[in-house]
Amino acid sequence: MNHRVDRRTARVVYRYEDLMSTTLESSAIFESFKMRAEAVSAQVERVATKEQAIDLIVRLLLKEGVEDKPHCGAVWAACPMIGKAEAQKLEAVVPGLTFAVTRDLAADAKVGISQVEWALANTGTLVQSADEVDKRLVSTLPLLHIAVVSTAGLLPDLPAVLSRVDPRKSSYIAFITGPSRTADIERVLTIGVHGPERLIIVMVDDLEVAA
Amino acid sequence: MKQEFKQSILDALANPNLSGALGNFSVAYRAGRAKAYEGIDFEALRHEIAAVKSSAASHFDELADQFAKAAEARGTKVFRTDDPQAVKDYILDLAQKNGVKSIVKSKSMATEEIHLNKYLQKAGIDVQETDLGEWIIQLANQTPSHMVMPAIHMTKEEVADLFSNKVEEGQKPDIPKLVKFARGKLRPMFLNADMGISGANIAVAETGTIVIVTNEGNARLVTTLPRIHVAVVGLEKLIENFKDVAPILTALPKSGTAQLLTSYVTMISGPAPNTDGTPKELHIILMDNRRNEMAHDPRFKQALQCIRCASCLNVCPVFRLIGGHVFGKVYTGGIGTILTAWFGALKESEDIQSLCIQCGNCRDVCPGMIDIPDLILELRRRLAVEQGQPLLQKAIFSVVNNRRMFHTMMRAAYIGQKPFAKDGFIRHLPMFLSNMTENRSLPAIAEVPFRDRIKQIKQPKCTEKAAFYGGCLIDFAYPEMGESVVRVLNKAGIEVIFPEGQTCCGAPARYSGAYEVAAQNGADNIKALLAEDVKYVVSACPTCTVGLKQDFIANLEAVGRTSELPAAHLLADKVIDFSTLASQLVEQGRLKFKPGMEGTKFTYHDSCHFKHTLRAEQNPRKLMKDAGYELVEMEESSMCCGMGGSYTLKMPEISAPILERKLVNIEKAGAPLLLIDCPGCVMQIRGGLDKRGSNIKVEHTVQRIAECLE
Repeated sequence: MNHRVDRRTARVVYRYEDLMSTTLESSAIFESFKMRAEAVSAQVERVATKEQAIDLIVRLLLKEGVEDKPHCGAVWAACPMIGKAEAQKLEAVVPGLTFAVTRDLAADAKVGISQVEWALANTGTLVQSADEVDKRLVSTLPLLHIAVVSTAGLLPDLPAVLSRVDPRKSSYIAFITGPSRTADIERVLTIGVHGPERLIIVMVDDLEVAA
Repeated sequence: MKQEFKQSILDALANPNLSGALGNFSVAYRAGRAKAYEGIDFEALRHEIAAVKSSAASHFDELADQFAKAAEARGTKVFRTDDPQAVKDYILDLAQKNGVKSIVKSKSMATEEIHLNKYLQKAGIDVQETDLGEWIIQLANQTPSHMVMPAIHMTKEEVADLFSNKVEEGQKPDIPKLVKFARGKLRPMFLNADMGISGANIAVAETGTIVIVTNEGNARLVTTLPRIHVAVVGLEKLIENFKDVAPILTALPKSGTAQLLTSYVTMISGPAPNTDGTPKELHIILMDNRRNEMAHDPRFKQALQCIRCASCLNVCPVFRLIGGHVFGKVYTGGIGTILTAWFGALKESEDIQSLCIQCGNCRDVCPGMIDIPDLILELRRRLAVEQGQPLLQKAIFSVVNNRRMFHTMMRAAYIGQKPFAKDGFIRHLPMFLSNMTENRSLPAIAEVPFRDRIKQIKQPKCTEKAAFYGGCLIDFAYPEMGESVVRVLNKAGIEVIFPEGQTCCGAPARYSGAYEVAAQNGADNIKALLAEDVKYVVSACPTCTVGLKQDFIANLEAVGRTSELPAAHLLADKVIDFSTLASQLVEQGRLKFKPGMEGTKFTYHDSCHFKHTLRAEQNPRKLMKDAGYELVEMEESSMCCGMGGSYTLKMPEISAPILERKLVNIEKAGAPLLLIDCPGCVMQIRGGLDKRGSNIKVEHTVQRIAECLE
């Protein structure tokens, strides 16, 4: 494998082309991403298939106590991995979950779910073209944001993603690195300010990049 | 200096919360920043940023045109103005036309610069800052004490009291709870606001994109929930190409808060849909307010390379003692001093520019490669030109420049200390004459200055010659350091001459903004030091070395004496500091160390000019290692000792605690010997340790080397 882990800094040193060419190498870039994302208090899960991802999210929603009551809802922004039929099925499985996102529902929801396009290995960042307001609502208002991303969307760093997103086509490109945070009172790091308090990233191997 | 300014310094120094929080932060920041930049070539990165920003500053008008065209093509309304009032009127007009009753804001320095909030509030509009720190100071009716951490001066108890008094009774000083409380209170404001106002960290001309960097998530809400979004963007945020976002975005979080990346980066290139499906009404205001004028100033153009990370505040030995309130209302710290002079008025920087001790820490960390200390000196120079040089200062320089008279007066002052000190004249002499500071003992003024002592030294006849430049401290206070220089160089087969015509290096004049005097000092020295053909011009004072090597040229250039520049360059090429020359001589085998010193422990203090300007700090370390000594590094070895030439006299209240911290770090290192390459630092630190009754021996490196040679 054409990468090494610097023991002292725990930094994965790799060549991008090598990493992206085979499954084996893409796991090195995943490890780097996971380490960086966890370092900023995100939780990272990796699954092989889309079905497993949906299964995992359903279990997460139930565990978080999502139900059809005030302040207990979940909002899922429309995304390519979930078709109409699938959405209806999921809404039936998890009462309180809706794909018909509105400002009021999002403001009241406990959990927001969205799919993002890219993941940056050297900072643990997610990148999403978020012109659709649903995508922004579900990732800004609820306390827990669950983000789904394809393993193939892993990129090494900022320059790599800047050459892939196109501000001429996307009016609102969002970079998300961990949950919201502040250190404005006595420099004490506090997670969860105006945005989510938790971020769970579900990385899916057999998913196509949403872009 | 205005009395109220002095008082604001004293107030800040007397605030233990402020200096405690900033002091702790400065330590944590240094470690955090180093970790964040691990594996990154910072020099290459900042060269790239400087190139991108500098090129942009050369083309503000074109880039603003290009930005407006790209953004307008997407439906954004772009308003360009050089007038701060026009910005305020535009926003108020827009608000009134759209029936805006409440506005939420995410952090924007540009709007603070023009005092937008007050203007809108006066018109009856509710304006809420939503960044937690900004909200706190808005509630407290204060100004930010730090550009990135506006409420760093407040304790959790103060915040809890503030929330209890201004928002809702019964808040406890529990930080997570206070943050949750703020979230709960601000959330409905976000949801109900009619307009969101933000700043921008970057504006890309090519694509009409603004980039907003935040951690709390408030900017995402401000730009998503209200139906109107107004971004107020200073022209200096413009860059040409989208790809050039990368270097700035790589550096900003690392330099700002030691993060690899902030929680959120938002890139807006056009009106995205509102929550009701209508398109956002997006207005971007490109504000000039003297930025274009600055771009056309050959000296100050580089200040536009600032990315507002505030790292110059975080590494500043003065800022960490006094915080931002002393600096004024908006921009604080080193870069803030420069921005205040421009976006406000030169006169507004009169007091705050004097806070800079010229240590150069900020120059080393600035991701925009701005030479902040140099620009502050330039402010000082322009202020001096504008206001003329005070009479007392003129008299002082005439004494300083006459070396014999200077020595006689100092010797007299030293012997008769009190009567001389009382008349106030001596107290204003550059450096070391005041006996009024309480924190260090002063050095004896030698009866016979080095310029006369060297005549008594029997030197071997050598083919190689070096001219020694003494500088005031070695010449008059520490001639033994000069004698050590002669001993060492003689051993390497170099004869040392002392050109009599040498005079003050010009630093006191330069650092007071009196460039005409400084340039004349340089010209006199150039003539004296080039009179005889020597291979080296050696100095053992880093400030003098920087003078001889760099400032003579800069001073002559500043006053337009260009015909003398070739000679200045000729001299500069010959100038070398003692430790650098000695390490070369050791390498060449011309100096050999005696055996038997193995394991002798010493610690080392990095003098500001020696490390940050000459970058020679490894040479003495290596020399002493070659001599068998064992180095015990102290904490913050490269932090200023508080001397700063006449700073210690002009700002004794600030100099004293800087020295105090240095002394503690020296003692903590636990070595019996401290070596320094600067006689000014020797004076400051030796005096300080003496007052504390410490047994640590303080020497100039040259003195110890002279003892170690075969």
